[in-house]
Amino acid sequence: MSARTAFAQWLHHAADSDIWWSFKSSTTTVVAAAVTFLIIAMAFLAPVIAPHTPFDPGTLSLSDGLKPPVLISSDGDWSFPLGTDDQGRDVLSSIMYGTRLSLIVGFASVIVAMVLGIGLGLISGYFGGTTDAVIMRIADVQLTFPAILVALLIDGLVRGLISSDRHDEIATFVIIGAIGLSFWVQYARTVRGSVLVEKNKEYVQAARVIGLSPAVIMVRHVLPNVTGPVLVIATINLGLAIITEATLSFLGVGLPSTQPSLGTLIRLGNELLQSGEWWITVFPGITLALLVLAVNLLGDWLRDALNPKLR
Amino acid sequence: MLAFILRRLMQSVAVLLAVGLVSFSLFRYVGDPINAMVGQDTPAVEREALRVKLGLNDPAPIQFVRFIANAAHGQFGLSYRTAEPVSRMILERLPATLELSFCAALFALLVGIPMGVYTGLYPRHWTSRLLQAVSLIGVSLPTFLIGILLILFFSVILRWLPSFGRGETVTIGWWTTNFLRWKGLEALILPSITLGLFQLTLLMRLVRSEMLEVMRTDYIKFARARGLTNRAINFGHALKNTLVPVITVTGLQLGSLIAFAIVTETVFAWPGVGQLFIQSVQFSDIPVMAAYLMLIGLFFVIINLVVDLLYFVVDPRLRGQMGRRAGAH
Repeated sequence: MSARTAFAQWLHHAADSDIWWSFKSSTTTVVAAAVTFLIIAMAFLAPVIAPHTPFDPGTLSLSDGLKPPVLISSDGDWSFPLGTDDQGRDVLSSIMYGTRLSLIVGFASVIVAMVLGIGLGLISGYFGGTTDAVIMRIADVQLTFPAILVALLIDGLVRGLISSDRHDEIATFVIIGAIGLSFWVQYARTVRGSVLVEKNKEYVQAARVIGLSPAVIMVRHVLPNVTGPVLVIATINLGLAIITEATLSFLGVGLPSTQPSLGTLIRLGNELLQSGEWWITVFPGITLALLVLAVNLLGDWLRDALNPKLR
Repeated sequence: MLAFILRRLMQSVAVLLAVGLVSFSLFRYVGDPINAMVGQDTPAVEREALRVKLGLNDPAPIQFVRFIANAAHGQFGLSYRTAEPVSRMILERLPATLELSFCAALFALLVGIPMGVYTGLYPRHWTSRLLQAVSLIGVSLPTFLIGILLILFFSVILRWLPSFGRGETVTIGWWTTNFLRWKGLEALILPSITLGLFQLTLLMRLVRSEMLEVMRTDYIKFARARGLTNRAINFGHALKNTLVPVITVTGLQLGSLIAFAIVTETVFAWPGVGQLFIQSVQFSDIPVMAAYLMLIGLFFVIINLVVDLLYFVVDPRLRGQMGRRAGAH
């Protein structure tokens, strides 16, 4: 069987599934998926489709500074459709590059949280005893604090440990780590719960009898049973992670202004808001809100679609 | 009942000790307090002498006990950034944050619960659908963006309300309050809405789904059959039974209000502890960070304790259970 017919078969199978049917029948979800896809495409094609390269100082000219958007004012310039900021950077291009960074940080921190949470959840559930108690008590204490506070604390800690110019270089990784570390608890709890249910079932006992190692049993046999709930948490967390990154960057402790994400752009624009240059803040803000709203709607749908109680 | 409270108190103390351990580790292992106290060309011998004098060479457990004892007395040392006592810095700014969080919580409760009741009673009415849709957008908008948009409309375009600071305040003892001056109250409006909006949408959705569930139950039908007025059914029977989850969420959200005040305070240049914390993160001012962490930990523990006690007030079944269990012993 060639790869093409296999793919066609998979496609046929997918088109027949419940998930696809529930996706198709919800207009909101289809629109949300389309918006998410468009924003992701826009962000990752930024180097190709953006009209300007806003963070290359050589291409900037101060005489282009503070141009209003074309549709609102006759002072606008068609080569800067959404206007420019005080440095003459094109707002549209900044948004494209900024969204790309926001998405990269969002996805990466969700993956960090997921790997960490799944790992600790598996260990906690499978081994039980003291290991389990220690991991779950840490989780409890961390859960008393909102994620943003944990992320802020980790960021402040890293700032204390390394010098500030080194910090700008690795700021992206610090933020990814900080957000990832603040969201692992939910995964760990879910996975642990499932492991506790699965580990006494006959198929796991059988796997143990034929001498498979705990690691193999967990990854090959227990893990596939928790993909559904983990996927739902991950989607809902993606929206949260993007908001958290934007908030940290807005507070000035996230990504530096040399690598601006949507949050950094909003912070920079906010300084000019009082003098009436609203477009520098509002357009990145709308992009951020649209992206998070679309991802949240997808998350809500996925949660309902995978919930057997609601079928 | 007493045993339950004691057990909860023990747990609270354990959580506070854990938070204290994190704070202490920050102090002990991040940065060097000696560097903040002496000049760059102080010889190593003098530094060592200072170290011994301050007890920094003692074993870590002894230092930890000392740290907790000092913390219990409200002493967190001097800020690395301003060299002021940390406790005074925090105490000066605490009223601003507490008043803001209080107003935000009040706003969320007074608007969110009625909205939830309404959308729960008339789920198919178009206003309910509209409120539902708007609440979804409210959940997706980050707090700081809501603040910026409110400033744009009400301060920059309409010029109705101030966009930063506390306006006029009155000092009573060490407490500065916004409530006694018109300008102070005016300055509270936008920050409170910003901070409370997320909690409002959360409460509205929660009350709505609880109301939908309760209205389907038999005792509501029975109350109708008894010919009670709608008002008595909706508020006396239905709303009362949604209160347990509402109290839980309100309590837990009260804690995150204080934490999210960090963001709101930054947007509105509100001189509270949140703003202080952000500044200390930027400068990695460890004493202030550690003190703030302990303070937030204390708030969370107290709130959780109060929420647990409120269950007894609201839910007569719990009281009965506890009484019976206590009687059996």
